[in-house]
Amino acid sequence: MFNRDRWIEIFETISKNKLRTFLSGFTVALGIFIFVILFGLGNGLKNTFQEFFLDDAGNAIFLNSGKTSKPYKGFKANRRIEFENDDLNDIKENFSFFLEYLSPRIDRNATSSYKKESNNYNTRAISPGHQFIEKTILMKGRYINQSDIIGKRKSAVIGRLVAKDLFKTENPIGKYIELGSTTFKVVGVFQDEGGDREERNIYIPFTTRQLIEKGNDKLNSIVMTYRKELGHTGAVAFEKVLKKYFKEKKSIDPSDTEGIYIQNPTDDIKQSQDFAVVLQYIVSLVGLGTLIAGIIGISNIMVFVVKERTKELGIRKALGASPRSVIQMILQESIFITTISGYVGLFLGILVLENIGLNLEEYFIKNPYIDLGTSLSATIILIIFGAIAGYIPAKRASSIKPIVALRDE
Amino acid sequence: MIQIKNLYKSYKMGTSSLHVLKGIDLNIEEGELVAIMGSSGSGKSTLLNILGMLDVADKGDYILDSVPIKNLNETKAAKYRNKFLGFVFQSFNLINYKTALENVSLPLYYQGIKRKERQESALDYLDRVGLKNWATHLPSELSGGQKQRVAIARAMASKPKVLLADEPTGALDTTTSYEVMDLIQKINQEGKTILVVTHEPDIAQMCKRIVKLKDGVIIEDKKVNQVLASSYV
Repeated sequence: MFNRDRWIEIFETISKNKLRTFLSGFTVALGIFIFVILFGLGNGLKNTFQEFFLDDAGNAIFLNSGKTSKPYKGFKANRRIEFENDDLNDIKENFSFFLEYLSPRIDRNATSSYKKESNNYNTRAISPGHQFIEKTILMKGRYINQSDIIGKRKSAVIGRLVAKDLFKTENPIGKYIELGSTTFKVVGVFQDEGGDREERNIYIPFTTRQLIEKGNDKLNSIVMTYRKELGHTGAVAFEKVLKKYFKEKKSIDPSDTEGIYIQNPTDDIKQSQDFAVVLQYIVSLVGLGTLIAGIIGISNIMVFVVKERTKELGIRKALGASPRSVIQMILQESIFITTISGYVGLFLGILVLENIGLNLEEYFIKNPYIDLGTSLSATIILIIFGAIAGYIPAKRASSIKPIVALRDE
Repeated sequence: MIQIKNLYKSYKMGTSSLHVLKGIDLNIEEGELVAIMGSSGSGKSTLLNILGMLDVADKGDYILDSVPIKNLNETKAAKYRNKFLGFVFQSFNLINYKTALENVSLPLYYQGIKRKERQESALDYLDRVGLKNWATHLPSELSGGQKQRVAIARAMASKPKVLLADEPTGALDTTTSYEVMDLIQKINQEGKTILVVTHEPDIAQMCKRIVKLKDGVIIEDKKVNQVLASSYV
């Protein structure tokens, strides 16, 4: 393999048979190129999908209230159930085993204004844990913190689009905005992968909201995340005990299907993830198909190349080439060409993928990529099959009697 | 140098088999220049191919330079060909993408000789056939006679015991044929054993001994007075 003379012989052969070299090299390069592109685009499609359906933390549970439909323990039907602050504490105390983050929500629509700009936005009163439940990404400043909650401060974290609408190019941090009739200080700007609607929210401390609304302790809803390691079954169990607990606490008939609603997206998430897995299978299948087409291509070329060289091989054998050296020559040549061109194809594919990647979001393809491991294995597979495809006809050619090979015109 | 006893060879043609050689006995001493003559189908090329280990006999003994040639696998045959034999073919059989020099140095490559020595030696042999100035030319840029001279240089480069020429002048015109035969005679005069298969009587007359084949048997084996090709050139 590391015989310098043999390499020189191979380089000479390669450089003097440019068409042949080009054909086999091109087949491999094209195969790998298409593989990288298709696989990358498939991954991009998967990314878009995940972003679409996996906005909130995958382990979020939403606790909402409504009206009861059955009378129970002396209460009439059609009674409105409401959450209060002590419900938060109860959850924290009783369900610490399941719980990761917890936050109340009080949603109000309010006209918000800064200087001459004003618009209607949803202000959502929350506690610090909400950042992790909603997967909020901070761009500037900070999120609502515990001091805001305790001090009932008038701090606001505004969405990217709110900042864009109201502040234009100005830096919003430290500026004061009117929310309804109250003035808040902007402490942070966030973005959210959930889309434009999420980025038109304004977050404020829930205690501040309650203070503005005459010091009540009502909550709209409670959102929380469960510990991921509990998995799907743990989440279902959590939902069950949580529902039971609140039905008892709020005196709701255990058979009443209304009054308390728990939205546990794990079922949706699981479905989405199952779908993502199917998508991954499709992407892999496309990749595999391309690879097989590439293998067939290189096999054809190799058979053709060896056939074309039958006479030359006969001459070489008449001059004293052993069958072994004939096979070795063909294999070394083919592996050399396929390796070089395989990596050229790989490099070009990744280059193209990087460059077109940013322009395809409108076609639901985001961040198309291929991990190096996959692309390298694909290249190696193609090289190996190229070698096998070369070996079989080379073996046959090497065992033909030289006199037969010499007669071949 | 070459001893053949009772050599048989037949080819399968569908269901029947075609007997090409039917018991050949032949002894060739060192330094001989032998013409093997016969009409087409007489088995002369088959005989040469067997002598050249390009083909195998069905039956019979073949001793080359006191080495019995039998039970050859391809690897061993390749080694013997490289060590003992030089080939010259009617259709030249040069590798068309290699220059004259590279073609001549190819057998030396298979002898495992270093690149530099190979090229020096190959250039020396090209010089001997008068083609030193054509060393970097491809076969397609050479005339028929030049191609055959390159082929002879290639056959000589590996310093073989025996030179086997299969219709070396078959594809050449008369003048060029005589030039090639002149070269072959000169190589013979330096002591090389040479076998020439031909069906042309004038070419055969330029050898020292003529063996005539007909229907797979030797019908005549005689020494002749050699006609020097240089007298025609």
